[in-house]
Amino acid sequence: MAMPPARRPQGRPAPAPGLLRRIDGFARLAFPGFSTAFLMILAATPINLPSPVFAVVLPCVGFWSVFRPGAMMPPVVFLLGLLMDLLTLAPLGSGVLVLLALHAAALRFRYFLVRQSFLAVWLCFCVAAFGAACFYWGLQSLLSIRLSPIAPALHAALLACGLYPAIALVLSRIHEAMLHAEVAP
Amino acid sequence: MIRLSIPLRQALARLSLPLMIAAAFGIMLLGKADALLAERLRTHLSDALSPIYAALAEPMSAVRSAVQELQDLTILREENARLREENERLRRWQASALALETENEMLRRQLNFLPEAAPAFVTARVVADGGGTYARAVLLATGPQHGLRKGQVALDERGFVGRITEVGSRSARVLLATDMNSRIPVTLESSRARAIMAGNNTTRPRLAHWPEGVIPVDGERIVTSAEAGAFPAGLPVGIVRLSSQGAPEVELFARLDRLDAVRLFDYGLRGIIPPEAVARPEPRPGRR
Repeated sequence: MAMPPARRPQGRPAPAPGLLRRIDGFARLAFPGFSTAFLMILAATPINLPSPVFAVVLPCVGFWSVFRPGAMMPPVVFLLGLLMDLLTLAPLGSGVLVLLALHAAALRFRYFLVRQSFLAVWLCFCVAAFGAACFYWGLQSLLSIRLSPIAPALHAALLACGLYPAIALVLSRIHEAMLHAEVAP
Repeated sequence: MIRLSIPLRQALARLSLPLMIAAAFGIMLLGKADALLAERLRTHLSDALSPIYAALAEPMSAVRSAVQELQDLTILREENARLREENERLRRWQASALALETENEMLRRQLNFLPEAAPAFVTARVVADGGGTYARAVLLATGPQHGLRKGQVALDERGFVGRITEVGSRSARVLLATDMNSRIPVTLESSRARAIMAGNNTTRPRLAHWPEGVIPVDGERIVTSAEAGAFPAGLPVGIVRLSSQGAPEVELFARLDRLDAVRLFDYGLRGIIPPEAVARPEPRPGRR
């Protein structure tokens, strides 16, 4: 709070007014959740391909949980999981639990992961994605009391691993831009 | 924003994950307890999202048609080559057909061959099948102006169908070649042997009375024969198929199970006329 008066004599522009600044902060806070939800809805577009919703949501939730847990909070993860369960035909609650588990794992290891290279993070994500897919499959089989084939879950995990670099590339750019915006004023 | 003390906020942050996991279990129970709940929620969600998907459908279909176009383009090349090759082949056939036609013409001129008049025909629509005395017969809708008479030959677009057995003022009945009462004089095309094709109410009439020393071969073409003056020679009938017992049967070219229109040819032949199905004298033309 002591900074602005000290800077003003040097001809710096005045800090943004309170409302705009608050909107700016809120936008940064809300971006991860909303962008993920938007991507999921796009991925759920009915086309003649297996729905890649699961494969899209895993990299997003994983990335934001590791690099910006302040914006990817448990309630947000909960809502995203609910959206996933509704967009796909999974039993209600299974996607929620899987995403929360992924979030918890990411939070647990984030101090280790943040310092690693991109390749190492990707490898860790692959392991997590396969774990999540198996967990998801197990939950679905348990909730529908019927052993469903595991192959689609593994395909989804593979697709998530393949999509992670593309998604993470864009998200890390956005994350850097956000950090920039937070440090600058 | 609500101002909270820092320890309280930290406690809330630490508690939110377990709370949410508990809520997930709660949702699971709820989904199990009320199976319709998920369906209702999904319906509401898709109702809300349908405008987005409708907007997306346009570019998606454009992309899909572009991809289809590309695939078609790749196929086009090989199809073009195939068509070119086929065209070449057909051109050779056409050349040989033209040569044969001129040769035929020349031979006929040398032989003083009496040419057959091109037959007149009318096309009539099939309005009913079955009925009447015969098991395999169709009824045609005709008019009095067509001048149909008994014994005319009916063909569909592929081959022989049958003969007219009854003529009314607005309808005519055609006895199909598959009927048990149908006997058609035929020629085995490669051996030129005469035979009789006898219907047996199944889809494949049997061959009978072929001369000794000739064996109908599977796949041989069968055409009508001019024997007895009931049919012109050479109308396409079918091909020989051997049944599982080894008896030669005829697979007809005509699709008798889905007749919708037949052509009725008048060859001016007055050979064997099928008997009246019902004992009823044929109306004399003068009395009408």
